[in-house]
Amino acid sequence: MSTMTLDMAAPLEGDRSHKARLLMVALIGILAVSCVASLMVGASGVSLPEVMRTVLAGEALSMRDKVILMDIRMPRMVLGVLVGAALAVSGAVMQGLFRNPLADPGLVGVSAGAGLGAIVAIVLGGMLPAALATALGYYMVPLAAFMGSWASTMLLYRVATRKGRTSVATMLLAGIALAALVGALSGLLVYKADDAQLRTLTFWQMGSIAGATWAKVWTSAPLIVLALAATPFLARGLNGLALGEAAASHIGVPVQRVKNGAIVMVACAVGAAVAVSGGIGFVGIVVPHLLRLLSGPDHKYLLINSGLLGASLLLVADLISRVVIAPAELPIGIVTATIGGPFFLWILLRQRGLLGM
Amino acid sequence: MLKATNINLSYGKRQILHGVDFAAQSGEFTAIVGPNGSGKTTLMKALIGEEEYSGEVILEGRNIATAKTWELAAVRGVLPQATALAFPFTVAEVVRLGLTSGVSAGRENLVGMALERVGLATYAGRLYQELSGGEQQRVQLARVLTQVWEPTAHGKPRWLFLDEPVSALDIGHQLVVMQIAQDFARAGGGVVAVMHDLNLTAMFCDSVALISQGQLMRQGTPSEVFCDELLSQAYHCAVRVNTPPASGTFLLPHAASLAAE
Ligand SMILES: Nc1ncnc2c1ncn2[C@@H]1O[C@H](COP(=O)(O)OP(=O)(O)O)[C@@H](O)[C@H]1O
Ligand SMILES: [Mg+2]
Repeated sequence: MSTMTLDMAAPLEGDRSHKARLLMVALIGILAVSCVASLMVGASGVSLPEVMRTVLAGEALSMRDKVILMDIRMPRMVLGVLVGAALAVSGAVMQGLFRNPLADPGLVGVSAGAGLGAIVAIVLGGMLPAALATALGYYMVPLAAFMGSWASTMLLYRVATRKGRTSVATMLLAGIALAALVGALSGLLVYKADDAQLRTLTFWQMGSIAGATWAKVWTSAPLIVLALAATPFLARGLNGLALGEAAASHIGVPVQRVKNGAIVMVACAVGAAVAVSGGIGFVGIVVPHLLRLLSGPDHKYLLINSGLLGASLLLVADLISRVVIAPAELPIGIVTATIGGPFFLWILLRQRGLLGM
Repeated sequence: MLKATNINLSYGKRQILHGVDFAAQSGEFTAIVGPNGSGKTTLMKALIGEEEYSGEVILEGRNIATAKTWELAAVRGVLPQATALAFPFTVAEVVRLGLTSGVSAGRENLVGMALERVGLATYAGRLYQELSGGEQQRVQLARVLTQVWEPTAHGKPRWLFLDEPVSALDIGHQLVVMQIAQDFARAGGGVVAVMHDLNLTAMFCDSVALISQGQLMRQGTPSEVFCDELLSQAYHCAVRVNTPPASGTFLLPHAASLAAE
């Protein structure tokens, strides 16, 4: 009798949730280490004991070190965590929504849509009635980016998904078309831009968190935190969608609500991330893919773990961008693309058969 | 009970179902039979509200067109004819998707029990995408079973809707799955299944609806529906029904052997 109860308590073979939970603990540790490293490394060295003393004991640093730590590195670290988590979780959510491991905000034009929104706001924002412009304040660019990414996600879903099935080819081609269109429109706007605006625009094409300020953190944080906080509610629905829309609704998933929720979540997170950091690619595809390999596709853990690993990955990429050609800095988008591009090709090679391509 | 009245359904301009009336009782195993393309799957999709139809479908007193998704999920499980699964889930993880919130959520032990029931107890750790078609179909059935494990709840029957549950299976597993469906009905639940094999239908089902070209030709007990003339007309070939005196079931010999007579 007692052996029987023991048998029943043992985790069922094929249930990887305990693995996913262990992974979560490990990822929290990795993120903590990445955060400390991000605070310590830079053109001017502030050592670990010094960092610890300020963070833990609130002990006085020299004025110069204090400024470097609190007003340059700290906002940069927080922004890295926010943007990395936003991009990775958005990738996982989009892949669940499109039922396809290749859906990524950067690859299929959602980031491009957000970028267009941001550019429109920067260049044409001055034409808004003054009262409205002041009311929106710092939030104008992220909001415009949100609308851009929302419109492109909706459009993409309409074009690429029929009867609950997404064609990989259509999705990627639609993404290319969208990116081209956005590129052309941005090009047009560049002609209208003045010098100061131009400099801001160039920054989007590169993708960077180097210009991080607390103001940028506060403009992007609300949208990103809201979006990330909503994702646990999508987990069950996205798991159900893996069976197809019809089967998902038969197991009680409110399919339309999950789809709308996923689209708004992605639009918020990608919009806010792109507004403050530009086009940082591949985080959304690399992170969920690795995690699915390690502990399976259950979204209950995949979404949270994606957030943790995405944040760490972006911090590490940012570190690399700071040290590779020190004292100068590389745009972080170049680092993620250098890591992500080959990784993406590797996914394609491994999964050609499974993806039906 | 399940009652469908005057169901019309069109895909684009093409009308597939023409005024079909269909009924199924809880406690019974009801089959929908008919030739390829006659509209069996389409009728099933109307009965579960997966496609837009005109007419009325009432399941246990609820009009399914207006019932909430979660209300329906609590009283019925649906096995589609084919399922394309995204992402590399293991067998156990697929079956677990059937643990429906507000119905069977949290009852993890059902996963192993359902796999045992469909004869896949040793498959829990395998990747779903690496199984054969027949094995995948049984995994999906196990998933549906975890959703509505008890055939009745709060004194009310629950329902299974199965589209060709045994078509991809070998003869042994055909019997296993038919037995599962029959047991579900005997215990007070309702079962509606699209069936290809008329012999299995005769052996296990209590009621049969014969569909041809989108119209209901007849619904009744197997002995009422399975007669030479009607089947020959529906399937466009010579069919003869044999009734071995010793048993209560009918066997329909291979039609080709009859053509030679
Ligand atoms: N999605 C669809 N669009 C258009 N026609 C369809 C669709 N699904 C089925 N049909 C047509 O409806 C008819 C009935 O199909 P179905 O109900 O699937 O047949 P079966 O009885 O073999 O299950 C067939 O002629 C089929 O071609
Ligand atoms: Mg069919």
